[in-house]
Amino acid sequence: MSDRLVAAIADMREEEALGLVREMLERGVAPMAILDAAREAMAIVGQRYQEGRYFLPELLLSGEMLSQITDILKPELARLPEVKRHGKVVIGTVKGDIHDIGKNIVSFMLDVNGFDVLDLGVDVSPEAFVAAIKDSQAQVVGLSGFLTLAFDAMRETVRAIEKAGLREGVKIMIGGGQVGEEIRQYVGADAYGQDAMAAVALARGWVGAR
Amino acid sequence: MGKQLSPDEKREALWQGRLSPKDPQGNALQFQSPEAEKAYRERVQRVKDAIEMEKLPDRVPVTIFPSMFPWAYAGMTVEEAMRDYGKCAAAFKQFVLDFEPDIHWGAAAPGPSKCYEILDYRLYSWPGHGVAPEHCYQCNEGEYMKADEYDALIQDPSGYFSHVYLPRVFGALAGLPMLPFLPGIVEIYGVAFNFIPFALPPVQETFRALFEAGAEALKWAGAIASADAELATLGFPTLLGGFTKAPFDFIGDTLRGTRGIMLDMYRRPEKLQEAMEALTPLMIKMGVASAQMTGNPLIFVPLHKGADGFISDEQFREFYWPTLKEVILGLIEGGCVPLPAAEGRYASRLEIIQDLPRGKTVWMIDLTDMAMVKETLGQNACLLGNVPSALLKVGTPEEVTEYCRKLIETAGRGGGFILANGSFFDEARPENVKAMVEAARKYGAY
Ligand code: B12
Repeated sequence: MSDRLVAAIADMREEEALGLVREMLERGVAPMAILDAAREAMAIVGQRYQEGRYFLPELLLSGEMLSQITDILKPELARLPEVKRHGKVVIGTVKGDIHDIGKNIVSFMLDVNGFDVLDLGVDVSPEAFVAAIKDSQAQVVGLSGFLTLAFDAMRETVRAIEKAGLREGVKIMIGGGQVGEEIRQYVGADAYGQDAMAAVALARGWVGAR
Repeated sequence: MGKQLSPDEKREALWQGRLSPKDPQGNALQFQSPEAEKAYRERVQRVKDAIEMEKLPDRVPVTIFPSMFPWAYAGMTVEEAMRDYGKCAAAFKQFVLDFEPDIHWGAAAPGPSKCYEILDYRLYSWPGHGVAPEHCYQCNEGEYMKADEYDALIQDPSGYFSHVYLPRVFGALAGLPMLPFLPGIVEIYGVAFNFIPFALPPVQETFRALFEAGAEALKWAGAIASADAELATLGFPTLLGGFTKAPFDFIGDTLRGTRGIMLDMYRRPEKLQEAMEALTPLMIKMGVASAQMTGNPLIFVPLHKGADGFISDEQFREFYWPTLKEVILGLIEGGCVPLPAAEGRYASRLEIIQDLPRGKTVWMIDLTDMAMVKETLGQNACLLGNVPSALLKVGTPEEVTEYCRKLIETAGRGGGFILANGSFFDEARPENVKAMVEAARKYGAY
């Protein structure tokens, strides 16, 4: 049955997936096992995205299914179990910019690939990035931005991280539509990523995960 | 009633109107010098030839299609440009005079902040109103149309807008839902009852806001139009007649939002399709009517959620392209020249979108590889753009010149190309923008 659940989620059959979860609970399947199946399915979705078979609708719908499943399971689980994570990433769209579709994909892919992601949202000030890095002790920072104005905002954010004395402790990657090597140099980041897969590869390389 | 013009005749009439421009009184436009008059005609003709792909223009035309750059260049914040209409128009005029593009796109981009304030516009935040003075306005994405409202939208799009959508995005229009159902005023029995709502205080307040906002918009439009008019007398034409949207983006950008529409593709695909079909004639009308009103043939169609990376090719074929294609063909039928902007990357869509009549459209290309675009879409459509914003912002003039030279070589071959930036930029080194314009003169002669 848990195989059927994995397939239903991975193949985007929402009603069937939710029905299966309820049925499994009634039959006494352990909530943890259900959650594991859901996570397995999310990894498949990530894989298919990486292969260019899935796109935004599938990422959003699977995310939606996962959160509905967690809602159903919450009362059954005393505490949502912690998953072992490779490392922490703070990510956000920089100040003055509100484009978040690409950044959300990056967050999603980092998450399904085992990173602890702290997503600060959009229009995030340099100060907010600095505060989040301090609080979370993240090893990796992701800056997303699209507008030409965002290039300056990225640069200011990197400066603010330096000023706060945090630059040594973090690796900074940038990305978003128009961002390339020239912008990386301009901003003073450690790397730029063309897509979400690149973001995962960079983060993996930096925290030494497999 | 005059005789019905064919689509080609309608389009030619618009072009002829541009080639022999009139002043607001309907008299022949008085140019400031014979040179200005000559330059004006040459510029329009150059762009027309590039678009129609029948004969080669004298050289590759060049344009700058910015976001807030003209105002940043003037040393002005976006907030000032939105507040002071005179300054906004003057800065734009100076920008065109300094950079001398073959065509310009008008000074409407900043818009009137006071008008939005009066209306308590909630869909956007803008500088001085939730956004820093030097930043561009920001769309507050959300589900302004609920998932269960498709039927209402499909059955009566205008009614849905007036009674549901507009009051949601404009705080000051809270009285609109109280307005009567207008077809109820069909005969004498319907008159008195249906006029009662106009006596209600919320409705009257709404109308007061509308009057005020309208007056403000008119003031703004006057300033913007006078810049266009003066630039014309100095030899600088604009061809932008209005804008419309792909039905998928119309729903996905500001009604259901990205998340909403992407989920709808799975949860209620038939409703989504039906709504896009219902909107298609309205999207066509939106473009055709404004081209007729402004006398300008180009209708801008910014494309958002069909780009590479958003949806699969099959989803593009199923959800995005059919109604967009209908809109493009409808605009052509109405005598317009559609200008879709293929924002971001469009590599995987080129084969699908190339199926269009020759010489009737201009495509703005952002980051897609131009050699590839030229071989596909570019066989039948004029291309515009592809100079990267990032290069204009952080590159050197020499790098820009070199980029443009190569671009002209690839995309300019055989005509059908207008040199321009690929995406709408706020900031750039002015000398880089200048280098782009000069490259057309240096390397663009046919
Ligand atoms: C959707 C969209 C919008 C939506 C935003 C909705 C939202 N919630 O994000 C709306 C309509 C609101 C909008 C508004 C505006 N937009 Co806009 N928008 C786009 C559009 C069409 C798509 C962007 C997108 O989501 N792409 C899809 C994702 C999947 O791709 P991606 O973003 O590139 O992300 C991938 C990679 O870049 C990478 N990545 C992303 N982030 C990160 C971070 C890290 C750390 C790493 C490693 C990798 C990485 O991974 C992602 C997944 O593979 C682009 C054009 C385009 N197609 O690129 C214009 C574009 C970005 N917008 C632009 C502009 C100018 C604006 C406006 C100013 C327009 C205006 N005048 O109103 C406003 C500005 C609002 C603001 N202040 O931010 C310009 C920017 C131009 C420039 N830089 O020169 C663009 C390029 C359009 C253009 N061709 O001119 N926009």
